[in-house]
Amino acid sequence: MTCLHLLLTLVFAVSLGTPVEIQRPRGVPLTKKQFYEESKPFTCLDGSRTIPFDRVNDDYCDCKDGSDEPGTAACPNGSFHCTNAGYRPMFIPSSRINDGICDCCDTTDEYNSGAKCENTCKELGRKEREVLQKMAEITKEGFLLKQQLIEEAKKGREEKQGKVTDMQENKKQLEEKVEALRTVKEAAEQPEKEAKERHLKAWEGECSCKSIRLEKDKAKMAEAFLELDDNSDGFVSVSELQSHAELDPDADGTLTETEVQGLMGGAAQVDTSTFESVWTNIKDKYHSESQPEEPAPVETPPDEVKEPAVDNDSEPYPEDDISEEDDEDEDDEDDYHEDDDKVRVNIEKELSFDFGPDAEFTYMYSQCYELSTSEYIYRLCPFNRALWGREKNRPENNKYLVMKYEHGTGCWQGPNRSTTVKLTCGKETVVTSTSEPSRCEYLMEFTTPAVCQEPANTEPSPHGHEEL
Amino acid sequence: MGLLSVFFVCLFFSSAFAVDRGNFKTCDQSAFCKRQRAFKPGQSPYRALLETLELSDSRLTLQLINDNNKVHLLLELYRLQGNMTRVKINELKPLKPRFEVPDVLIAEPPTEPLSVLSKDDNGVVLSLGAESQRLIVSARPFRLDIMEGPEVLLSLNSRGLLAFEHLRLRKDTNKEEDGLWEETFKSHTDTKPNGPTSISLDFSLPGVEHVYGIPEHADDLKLKTTDGGDPYRLYNLDVFQYELYNPMALYGSIPVMLAHNTQRTMGIFWLNAAETWVDISSNTAGKTVFGKMLDFVQGSSEKPQTDVRWISESGIIDVFIMLGPKPSDVFSQYASLTGTQSFPPLASLGYHQCRWNYNDQEDVKSVDQGFDQHDIPYDFIWLDIEHADGKRYFTWDPHKFSQPKEMLQGLMDKKRKMVAIVDPHIKVDSGYKIHNEITSKDFYVKNKDGGNYEGWCWPGNSGYPDFTNPEMRAWWASMFAYDQYEGSMENLFTWNDMNEPSVFNGPEVTMHKDALHGKWEHRDIHNMYGLYVQMATAEGQIQRSGGAERPFVLTRAFFAGSQRFGAVWTGDNAAEWDHLKISIPMCLSLGLVGVSFCGADVGGFFKNPSTELLVRWYQTGAYQPFFRAHAHLDTTRREPWLFGPENTALIREAVRQRYALLPYWYQLFFQAYRTGMPVMRPLWVDYPKDTATFTIDDEFLIGSDLLVHPVTEEGSRGVTAYLPGAGEVWYDVHTFQKHNGAQNLYIPVTLSSIPVFQRGGSIIPRKDRVRRSSACMENDPYTLYVALSPKKFAEGKLYIDDGHSFNYDTKKEFIHRSLTFANNALTSRYLY
Repeated sequence: MTCLHLLLTLVFAVSLGTPVEIQRPRGVPLTKKQFYEESKPFTCLDGSRTIPFDRVNDDYCDCKDGSDEPGTAACPNGSFHCTNAGYRPMFIPSSRINDGICDCCDTTDEYNSGAKCENTCKELGRKEREVLQKMAEITKEGFLLKQQLIEEAKKGREEKQGKVTDMQENKKQLEEKVEALRTVKEAAEQPEKEAKERHLKAWEGECSCKSIRLEKDKAKMAEAFLELDDNSDGFVSVSELQSHAELDPDADGTLTETEVQGLMGGAAQVDTSTFESVWTNIKDKYHSESQPEEPAPVETPPDEVKEPAVDNDSEPYPEDDISEEDDEDEDDEDDYHEDDDKVRVNIEKELSFDFGPDAEFTYMYSQCYELSTSEYIYRLCPFNRALWGREKNRPENNKYLVMKYEHGTGCWQGPNRSTTVKLTCGKETVVTSTSEPSRCEYLMEFTTPAVCQEPANTEPSPHGHEEL
Repeated sequence: MGLLSVFFVCLFFSSAFAVDRGNFKTCDQSAFCKRQRAFKPGQSPYRALLETLELSDSRLTLQLINDNNKVHLLLELYRLQGNMTRVKINELKPLKPRFEVPDVLIAEPPTEPLSVLSKDDNGVVLSLGAESQRLIVSARPFRLDIMEGPEVLLSLNSRGLLAFEHLRLRKDTNKEEDGLWEETFKSHTDTKPNGPTSISLDFSLPGVEHVYGIPEHADDLKLKTTDGGDPYRLYNLDVFQYELYNPMALYGSIPVMLAHNTQRTMGIFWLNAAETWVDISSNTAGKTVFGKMLDFVQGSSEKPQTDVRWISESGIIDVFIMLGPKPSDVFSQYASLTGTQSFPPLASLGYHQCRWNYNDQEDVKSVDQGFDQHDIPYDFIWLDIEHADGKRYFTWDPHKFSQPKEMLQGLMDKKRKMVAIVDPHIKVDSGYKIHNEITSKDFYVKNKDGGNYEGWCWPGNSGYPDFTNPEMRAWWASMFAYDQYEGSMENLFTWNDMNEPSVFNGPEVTMHKDALHGKWEHRDIHNMYGLYVQMATAEGQIQRSGGAERPFVLTRAFFAGSQRFGAVWTGDNAAEWDHLKISIPMCLSLGLVGVSFCGADVGGFFKNPSTELLVRWYQTGAYQPFFRAHAHLDTTRREPWLFGPENTALIREAVRQRYALLPYWYQLFFQAYRTGMPVMRPLWVDYPKDTATFTIDDEFLIGSDLLVHPVTEEGSRGVTAYLPGAGEVWYDVHTFQKHNGAQNLYIPVTLSSIPVFQRGGSIIPRKDRVRRSSACMENDPYTLYVALSPKKFAEGKLYIDDGHSFNYDTKKEFIHRSLTFANNALTSRYLY
């Protein structure tokens, strides 16, 4: 019977595999090589017990932490390291060793399963570098666009503020004339006013600073990697890093090879994924090669982004603050307003929105962005409302990287419609995709220059941009 | 999948979460049930005409006469091999043939010789062969008693409730009694061209206080008496948001009841596919334990007795009395009649991830990846009705699922599988191949006027293929061929929903009883329509592989014999703690009557479960035979990793426990397939003399060796599990702590606890290398968990085969070994 045969094969198929690159047991990462010395008994990495070395990778789990079986599937909690030369090394759960499915791009996880795996690391690495390159380009161009947006927003805001002041002056004079109508008007305005106040509150003081910083850091890291990788081989080596004297940990003026190795966690070279840990070691000191040596105020001032004061996620959007199309039986109170007043209220409303730390989202106001799919046309109107097909929704609040639209119209037999809009950096302002993960809960992907973060190697023009 | 329909929206929109009982009939609203129930126990009008007795080798016939109307009936008695007696009663000369259920029995049951021991004017005594068993036919009034020694095991018509509405002409009907020739429920009129045709018979079970079975009901394991309420109803119905703890009909019907006491287990199989009601009464039902003790002490007690009465709307009386005496005997007796649980592909015993609906291929891919990212195993991902192009089954939505083979190949690369729904209602659309072929072959069910029957279901106006027609079934099966079912591949399997059949605008959300299946009315075959759908679908899956591969088909509606075709689930439950609790007795009841492959929607179909409920449901579902999470379209997403890392870890652990035990589950399903023994069982099956086990349905056994007491209470800090077996020991499978049997054990629990115990004396094979799907674990070593009895002994079984083909059967390619641990040594030996 074949099953029995296979079973026996497995049990006795002690790992005799050929170690990759440097002599070490199968599945052991270079950083842990020193714990696996063939001449000595092996002590489980959690220190729980010591076993003869021939019980390492013998397809029988001895250590509670799984450390004696880095190259077999014997331990339920073990992990296997693949080097994936040319791409990024990774750990996979040991349950994926020899399960017939290729997980490591260097094929090392399937050494005894009969699975036909091809080494795809080079290709993956190339693709990844391309993506990083592209990302860096987009960020760079997007950030330039963002500066323009900020400039325009600033101008527009000043203009509008002036207009409002003028109008307020006008209104004062007019008010005396409309004294007779005053009582009626007040009654009409009261609910709207309340709604507006609540509304304003909902928009105040929010941002997801964490995600912005993460995003920014990632972009910087990618930039730095490309810069450091002088010979573009996909790896940053000790010598490549050594050229950056500012990274000297003991500040004695020379960056020695040992010091660099320390920064690189003992590795001779790192690729994009392992660079992440190196980056955390060096990012505080690292100077971009394309930047002036003297510390320039490229970091955003700490008060540019404020910690969110309150989480207003669930604050209901004022029911009565809706425009005409939304509500057919909206009463005729508006008729009592005079045209100027209406304009003034609108401008004031516009000015009251939180258009981001530098008002970089201002340009989206009163704009709508559409995406046509086979079934529906999705329309996103930031700061106003989102439309799905023929269904209407209203904005609830705005994060700088996530916009949420909640309390939309009720779905038949379902919840009220809601939409989450994820913003990512892009040169153009477009809705790139929509989906409905749960019924009537929509997810939109939206690109805009307004969320592009300053790349690490911007043109040295720090004085050109606005500080708040 | 759900039943809510466009048409019920307005009715249900504002109503609280509960079934609208008004949509479904009570006995009083079902004319024949009301008529039959109006007869009270008393002197039977039936008399046996002993002079007509004829005895061939194994068949006895005898005429009965109703002294009120002089209609003659023909009684047939058979002694069947394996300690069973078959009683058939039909009209001697019906105006036209009455319906007799085909395709449920796997063969004409083999008989044994009967002999007349004595005969006089009062009756006949027949020998039933085995163990001094006798069958006494009393003539005036007619009754049957089955005796063993001095004990009466079971009596028929002892309460005089045999009633057989003979076929008649309308003009001969004396008075136009209500509901005889026409009946209206809500806006639906049932024309009854055959008039009244119902049948009824009573059974008395002396010495029996516990009866079980007759699923499907959302009720306790032990059946309750129905005095003062409605009888248990058997009529396959698509019940929107069903309520718990009542005898209302649900999606499936298995007219089999088990009677059990410390001495004996027996079964009654009422082979009738029409609407059926079952009344249960008991002479001890009202008595308290103290009252019973008092009776005992005073020696005055009448013997406890349970009386049962079956009522069906049409057909004939065809009853199989399974005389046990052990529970396992009853299971094998019933299996010898209707077959055993189909032996499922190993992968189908893994975890199934379902949702109405995974939106598109991208969604399927990301859910698949989610399982790998969170290191949770699964074998099947499911697609509900939205996957098809406008609910035209056998097709794919051209935008959302434009490349089904690409999607299936992606799953296959991960050694995973998919199930896509194929419902039996067919969109009436001249652009739809399936509809056109059915129309041209004239395979649709007909309405009373002879036109194609049409009703509303998911696709809108729909036709219903006549699955009772073997040619139709053969054609349906051929539609699963890879070149017919476009986009299908060998890792695509099928789910038959809505096969009660569900008709949104039909009476009680189902088909009109006067619709026609060939010459038979829907009334006659209703409860077996769903069985036929699954039968034809499973056959299609077998045929597409040239007979090589085992099918996997899930069905919602079922009947006696459905176990031969795949798995069932308990339909559209809700995310409520009580629904989690009821999943245990619902599946236990099904297991008792042959259907081992049972499960409930993990998490609850309607509504959103709390995180705690979801975790507890995974922990419970991991130890029930069919393990599938499912959710309604309107619920929020609930893939296992959406509730924070702690809960992801809890769910992962539950699923991993399932996968580690797959060798045990597989072995048990092999036994179920071989012997008819249920996989998930009430405790009394293995401890038949321990009365403490008779009503337990918050814990259960998997096979004989694992006892599971899932936590089904919100905020629970502990459960009390009953560990059966005086002198036995049980081991906590997580801590290996030993506990004595025959005690109530309090077990403190945390959110991570799943109280499971292994019986001392057992050997359970596991695969402790849990991987991302069962197929990935194929070549992994087994670990035997040997739990010693107090006598330092243990035994178990190991079964291994390829996990998916019929080679275990056709080529006998399997390993089946018994494992024994004795005298400090583990040995194994070959089993056939």
